[in-house]
Amino acid sequence: MNRVLTGTGLAIACIVLAVFLLFPLYYAVLTSFKAGSELFRVDYWPTDIDFSSYVRIWQEQPFARNIFNSVLVATLVVLLSLLLSLTAAYALGRVQFRGRKFLLYTILGVSMFPQVAVLSGLFEVIRALGLYNNLGSLVLSYLIFTLPFTVWVLTTFMRDLPLEIEEAAIMDGLSPFVIVTRIFMPLMGPAMVATGLLAFIAAWNEFLFALTFTLSNEQRTVPVAIALITGASEYELPWGNIMAASVIVTLPLIALVLIFQRRLVAGLTAGAVKG
Amino acid sequence: MIRKELSISAERKRAAWLFLAPMLAVLVVVAAWPLLRTIYFSLTNATLVDMGRYDFVGLSNYVAYDNGRWYGVLTDPQWLISLRNTLVFAIVSVSLEIVLGVSIAMLLNAKFPGRGMLRAAMLVPWAIPTVVSARMWGWMLNDQFGVVNDALMRLGLIAEPVAWLADPTLSMISVILVDVWKTTPFVALLALAALQMVPKDVYEAARVDGIHPVKVFFQVTLPLIGPALAVAVIFRLLDAMRMFDLVYVMTGTTDATMTLSVFARRELVDFQDVGYGSAASTLVFFIIALLTALYVMAVRLDLNGRRR
Repeated sequence: MNRVLTGTGLAIACIVLAVFLLFPLYYAVLTSFKAGSELFRVDYWPTDIDFSSYVRIWQEQPFARNIFNSVLVATLVVLLSLLLSLTAAYALGRVQFRGRKFLLYTILGVSMFPQVAVLSGLFEVIRALGLYNNLGSLVLSYLIFTLPFTVWVLTTFMRDLPLEIEEAAIMDGLSPFVIVTRIFMPLMGPAMVATGLLAFIAAWNEFLFALTFTLSNEQRTVPVAIALITGASEYELPWGNIMAASVIVTLPLIALVLIFQRRLVAGLTAGAVKG
Repeated sequence: MIRKELSISAERKRAAWLFLAPMLAVLVVVAAWPLLRTIYFSLTNATLVDMGRYDFVGLSNYVAYDNGRWYGVLTDPQWLISLRNTLVFAIVSVSLEIVLGVSIAMLLNAKFPGRGMLRAAMLVPWAIPTVVSARMWGWMLNDQFGVVNDALMRLGLIAEPVAWLADPTLSMISVILVDVWKTTPFVALLALAALQMVPKDVYEAARVDGIHPVKVFFQVTLPLIGPALAVAVIFRLLDAMRMFDLVYVMTGTTDATMTLSVFARRELVDFQDVGYGSAASTLVFFIIALLTALYVMAVRLDLNGRRR
């Protein structure tokens, strides 16, 4: 009897949790398929399927361009971060040298940095480089949060690989560069995929820098574009368009996250639990 | 042979610094230098129109007394409000996230059908971009057409629609609610990873001894997952203290929810006042650094005191 009760309680808790987690996305999808006055009637189940919001978002603003911008920026940031952090992670994870601990904590410190603290200094750097209202400004500035993260996670992965892996190579007199590219890079593949994906999501979602360093519609990334969709007045926001745009940029991310979920969770928890 | 090993080790150390150099150079350009420049700008009256022309004004962007009136960020009533808002937001949202996150992790640590699906569902709020979450919830919390008001009225919990995003108290609650929705999964996943590292025989022994489950949780489980939770708390606390996007998109720059970051960006970008805005930015940096140091010291003292 007691076990049945516990089981029922557990099942109810799970259902409530699942509804709480998933309802906002479900409701966004529901709204995105409505048009006109339908939008302002609350429904809990799909009533009509109207694609007009999905047609309009491409016409009323350069949404395709915004998506392209986001993909381009996030991809470049991830590639740069992984490239720079692979060798750095080898140095921090496999070589004992003075100042290693200090460097690791400094890098962790940078990853916890409030972005707003560098805003005016970065503004100056970006203007000096002629990158204002240019996607280059975002590629540069996003490194402030992706790079410490990729370095930190790859270092923890690198440190956990057994010593024997490179012993023979060191005895054979291979140079550190060859050891990194020939021995560690293939082994680090899965970790780099997970870390890269997490960095990609962080860059894809970034808002403060994108809002501040770009000005024109054509240079905006997806989060800024979605945040700035406005109607004639505050009370006439085109909710159908906003929800359609939200669904379009969210579903691919969710698909990616679900496909890679085991590796992602490992990557997310690697730095935290072991550190 | 010994000499050869020594030279290998020396070569590895040289290579290590060479390997680190590009990464460190980038961090100097995007982090260290801009931070120093921000601190420097906070001592000037620079404007965004021309950041190259400014006068040195000392600490007057922080605090100044002139003609019977106080000036500067530290005495700015709006900044004080944003400080209070940020602290309330950070403390309430992180506490809720830790309690809920650990509860959900305990739930998911039990074996039951559908556990994998529930764990996958947890990743959904986390994967949705913050700006998108802010807009989804903004629509759901809409005072006239929102589904939240509709549902609460159908359930008889409220008599008439509530202005979730316009009322000062409710708008803070709404922002906290959305943050909890979005980041509790992260805390739960960390807690779950820690729970799965607790050896099973510990529970077995407690069960055999007939110790009450609640007591087991507080005296066995919690101390064992404590270090991982401490890390989760600090990650979340730092994130909450610098909160910008969710608040900015959901409620704009209203006093009721304005955070330190929203205030700093408004001064810097909207009002073009680089000096004043940089002072506000610098304060965000030092407040967060101070809180981190205090927290790390507290956790270390606590762990040392209890264990050694």
